[in-house]
Amino acid sequence: MRVPLSWLREYVDLPAGETGRDVAARLVRAGLEVETVEQVGADIKGPLVVGEVLSIEELTGFKKPIRHCFVNVGTANGTGEPQEIVCGATNFQVGDKVVVILPGGVLPGPFPISARQTYGHTSAGMICSARELGMGDDHNGIIVLPPEYEAGTDALELLQLVDEVLDIAVTPDRGYCLSMRGVAREAAAAYGLPLADPALLDVPPANSYGYPVKVADPVGCDRFVARTVTGVDPGAKSPIWLQRRLQKAGIRPISLAVDITNYVMLEVGQPLHAYDRNRVDGPIQVRRAVGGEELTTLDGVRRELSAEDLLICDDSGPIGLAGVMGGATTEILDPVFDARTGLASGTTDIIIEAAHFEPVAIARAAKRHKLPSEASKRFERGVDPEAARAAAQRAVDLLVLIAGGTAEAGVTDIAAPHPVRTIPIDADLPDRVAGAEYGRETVTRRLQEVGCTVVGTDVLEVTPPSWRPDLTDPYDLAEEVIRLEGYDNVPARMPVTPPGRGLSEAQRFHRRVGVALAGAGYVEINAYPFVGEAAFDALGLDADDARRRTVKLVNPLNDAEPALRTTLLPGLLGALRRNVGRGNTDLALFETGTVFLPKAEPKVAPRLPVDRRPTEEQLAELNAALPDQPRRVAVALTGERLPSGWWGKGAPSGWADAVEAARVVAAAAGVELTVRQAQHAPWHPGRCAELLVGEEVVGHAGELHPRVVKALHLPERTSAMELDLDLLFEDGRRVSGPPVSAYPVATQDVALIVDAGVHAADVEAALREGAGELLESLRLFDVFTGEQAGAGKKSLAYTLRFRATDRTLTADEASAARASAVAVAGERTGAVLRGA
Amino acid sequence: MSAPNKSYDPVEVEALKPEVVEQARDEAIAAFAAAADLDELKQAKVAHTGDRSPLSLANREIGALPPQAKAAAGKLIGQARGAVNQALAKRQVELEAERDARVLVEEAVDVTLPYGRVPRGARHPLTTLAERIEDTFVAMGYQVASGPEVEAEWLNFDALNLHADHPARSMQDTFFVEAPDGTADSGMVLRTQTSPVQIRAMLAGEPPLYAVSPGRVYRTDELDATHTPVFRQVEAIAVDEGITFGHLKGTIEVLVEKLIGGGLELRWRPSYFPFTEPSAEIDLQCFVCRGASVGNPDRPCRTCSSEGWIELGGCGVVNPRVLVAAGIDPGRYSGFAFGLGLERILMNRHNVADMRDMVEGDVRFTLPFGMEI
Repeated sequence: MRVPLSWLREYVDLPAGETGRDVAARLVRAGLEVETVEQVGADIKGPLVVGEVLSIEELTGFKKPIRHCFVNVGTANGTGEPQEIVCGATNFQVGDKVVVILPGGVLPGPFPISARQTYGHTSAGMICSARELGMGDDHNGIIVLPPEYEAGTDALELLQLVDEVLDIAVTPDRGYCLSMRGVAREAAAAYGLPLADPALLDVPPANSYGYPVKVADPVGCDRFVARTVTGVDPGAKSPIWLQRRLQKAGIRPISLAVDITNYVMLEVGQPLHAYDRNRVDGPIQVRRAVGGEELTTLDGVRRELSAEDLLICDDSGPIGLAGVMGGATTEILDPVFDARTGLASGTTDIIIEAAHFEPVAIARAAKRHKLPSEASKRFERGVDPEAARAAAQRAVDLLVLIAGGTAEAGVTDIAAPHPVRTIPIDADLPDRVAGAEYGRETVTRRLQEVGCTVVGTDVLEVTPPSWRPDLTDPYDLAEEVIRLEGYDNVPARMPVTPPGRGLSEAQRFHRRVGVALAGAGYVEINAYPFVGEAAFDALGLDADDARRRTVKLVNPLNDAEPALRTTLLPGLLGALRRNVGRGNTDLALFETGTVFLPKAEPKVAPRLPVDRRPTEEQLAELNAALPDQPRRVAVALTGERLPSGWWGKGAPSGWADAVEAARVVAAAAGVELTVRQAQHAPWHPGRCAELLVGEEVVGHAGELHPRVVKALHLPERTSAMELDLDLLFEDGRRVSGPPVSAYPVATQDVALIVDAGVHAADVEAALREGAGELLESLRLFDVFTGEQAGAGKKSLAYTLRFRATDRTLTADEASAARASAVAVAGERTGAVLRGA
Repeated sequence: MSAPNKSYDPVEVEALKPEVVEQARDEAIAAFAAAADLDELKQAKVAHTGDRSPLSLANREIGALPPQAKAAAGKLIGQARGAVNQALAKRQVELEAERDARVLVEEAVDVTLPYGRVPRGARHPLTTLAERIEDTFVAMGYQVASGPEVEAEWLNFDALNLHADHPARSMQDTFFVEAPDGTADSGMVLRTQTSPVQIRAMLAGEPPLYAVSPGRVYRTDELDATHTPVFRQVEAIAVDEGITFGHLKGTIEVLVEKLIGGGLELRWRPSYFPFTEPSAEIDLQCFVCRGASVGNPDRPCRTCSSEGWIELGGCGVVNPRVLVAAGIDPGRYSGFAFGLGLERILMNRHNVADMRDMVEGDVRFTLPFGMEI
């Protein structure tokens, strides 16, 4: 809602020195969101005056028509002589009154005006168009004023060019503030000044000879006022003040009848519609649409109507989409001027509709037809049903006053009965909600300022005003009191909380994972979770891969990515590629976040009641419909993991780093991770590790498949890991402190030859088992293949450290344990001692 | 050493003459003093204290003396050897110190050499910012709550007093989840706010409830310098007996002081949210210009766009209808709730000009934030 300060002052006698910013600050504290205060016309400097065109000489020989004029500007130029001006516009004649800026003036741009030579003549000033004056985007040449203005009159004031406009974002509960009347009421309360209510008009009572109206749906339409004005001059134009107010409020002047309906809507908040009475066929009817009906709205769009649409009809069928937009067949005609007589023909008899429609019906219709209009915006948020008669009267008055029409005596007013809503409120409720002490008198006074009727003492019986449909319960009223008393004045204090329990084990674990990976050199990213088929194709997932089953969005930002991720890899690898593209070549990235796994049989989540707590069964049903959303962690690496430098050679990142990242995460979880060779997209079939806790697969790691690397334009040998954190997490885990033996260690090395296909993990497991409980630790320190190991074989060399908790081991004991380890390894994996 | 010698040599032993012993002692001490390094000292040590050294040989002769002479000779030799060992130890210490000093000089390196051998990582500043806010609340006795990102519409809207036709529902540009029949009627959305976590927390148990819930939320905005369709909020809720708007103010003041700093004014603007009543928007006095840029084109402020205020978030007293939907008796309990946008706080608190930097995952943006914010 754009509110010109000059207009606002018509209803509230604000202090003279008060600027737009001052008023904005007061309104902001009262809860109106004033987004900007626009200084209209601040960039225009006079002299800007009314001029009378005395003579026009058409200059020829130029690419466009040019006029050399003399204009009477009274004594505004200091001499009283006619002003010589060269002008490029042609929409004026000798005798017309125009707007002239004289040398020394400045137009918005800034565009300073001075006398200059042009087209062989002196041009001492400029004849102005509406656009040049910042009044709007009217392209119709220069402004031709009505003849009554005297040459030399100051046009800055005449055209009301200088003003301040408050742009207010109105929240959905404050529909009444989509009007000058509503904003003025707030300003009056904020300044403690009286309000001159523009809806307080003398209105003749309803009678039976107004234009006939039948309301078939009194729920959808609980008020319908119709008034008729006849004998309107179809050529009458809106006066400057009316046009200016509309322009400043952000509405383009169109024609007198439409301008007046818009003006009254802005003034009192009641959307109006004007019909050409001679184009309406029979009585006006308000009803819901029936199947197959269509309507061409004012914007020229042909619309198929839904059975839920509330319509304004006549005997010919629909003539308007109620509360949203009128129809083309009954709209006010553009005037046609007779070239010979100069007389206009067009609409002469007008029906004014001022109705009240049910907010939800209008909201749905506007949404259904994608047609948010000034009218629907107001009806959705609640229009004052009691303002309909005054609004219609105001429009009638203006049509009579400006367009020379005659108001017909008939007044149609159909009103469904409205029960009086009375809300009982404990007088101390505002105190209790705010934690402040207002007292009953303040509470009563503030509610009265809002427009409520208040009676009672300890319990107040409050009747909200008709324009506040949002006030429905005691808390709504408490809010009004607290807001007007000022939130800033509520004393701040701290609640007394019960003893806290800190973070949960899972929360501490999630933090640990991030700290551990960042500590290991990984940089965290947060990718969007949106994916499409292309991402899965690039990962080389089989057609029946479970990860291709996704949760989809109806309205994705990008149609190519309509689904939610089932793996973190697409986003993570995308970030990796973006970094590489920007010249960051050595990368280790990680992300933690949820993936979205649809239920085996997708269901609809029920809409539960809101007037009571849902039952456990209802909540279970609701939660069961949601997709599984486990938390995952993933890493991706490329380039050097350890850089080369003066200290020596570095190391490229690879599959082993990806597997190690999983171990880092497992360590943060405090669980033992088992690694098994596997084949799983998108990993390299020979370089993919399956990660297990116990017998449960919790993730994969390794080098990516070369085809995937190519498809995603990643650097060669890019590696990645993805792990399910929920599966890794074990609540209530507690480490038992191990006994630390003070006896000496006995170290034994063992080199084993195994088939090249035997996995080190299996050999290690066998060694551990065979070595028994004397084994303190075991470390693989060398792996090699080649001639020395034998064809198709590999050598694995381990250091075994033995120690007992209760004695110094003898050499024989250590050797026996080693021999036992080798024996089990031999049994399980075919390992033989090298050189044996 | 040999056993007591009963058949000793009656002849006086040359090596045990005092002058000989003293000479051997002096020679040893001189030799040690003359040793230029630890190797020479080692040689001198062997020569003067070893088994074949004069004093060792003399000592061996004591056994051959008659008993009455043994004590004096023993004393003589013992004193000499003591003096020699003392001199040796002293010189040893001196030469070791010399050697150490020399070696340490030789081993000197250029410690300003860069060493980027172990690459550093970093956590995302939005993560650590959320943790910092969590910790502030945890210290006040709150629990950290969370909920799913694909959420039931009932929790994201209805239970928060946003019924199907509520105008506020169209204010929020929501991603709708596709139903099995391909329509938008799945009853599920990508949550547009962290508020559904409030409801989950209230449904989970009886008050008192003090919870803070950070998380990702979604709205259908295109990514630009100041918008992202996926962003983060932190929401806090308190439900207890006698909770007031004043408690909300006190709590936010504590948070702001901890997060941004003290001495800044807060502006409480009445606003509208269906789930709170009364509702407010909180503005923080710009901590960079402190309002000096307002109406002062010579001193523009980038942080507050010369508005003097920075929007922090929305808050209010929990609407009793929300309590009812969550099964809490509004006659007995009341509550407050507020939500903050983390991206905005990060932009303001850390001078981040472009929201895209938080989204794209460029390591050059994230690395400087390190492990903590």
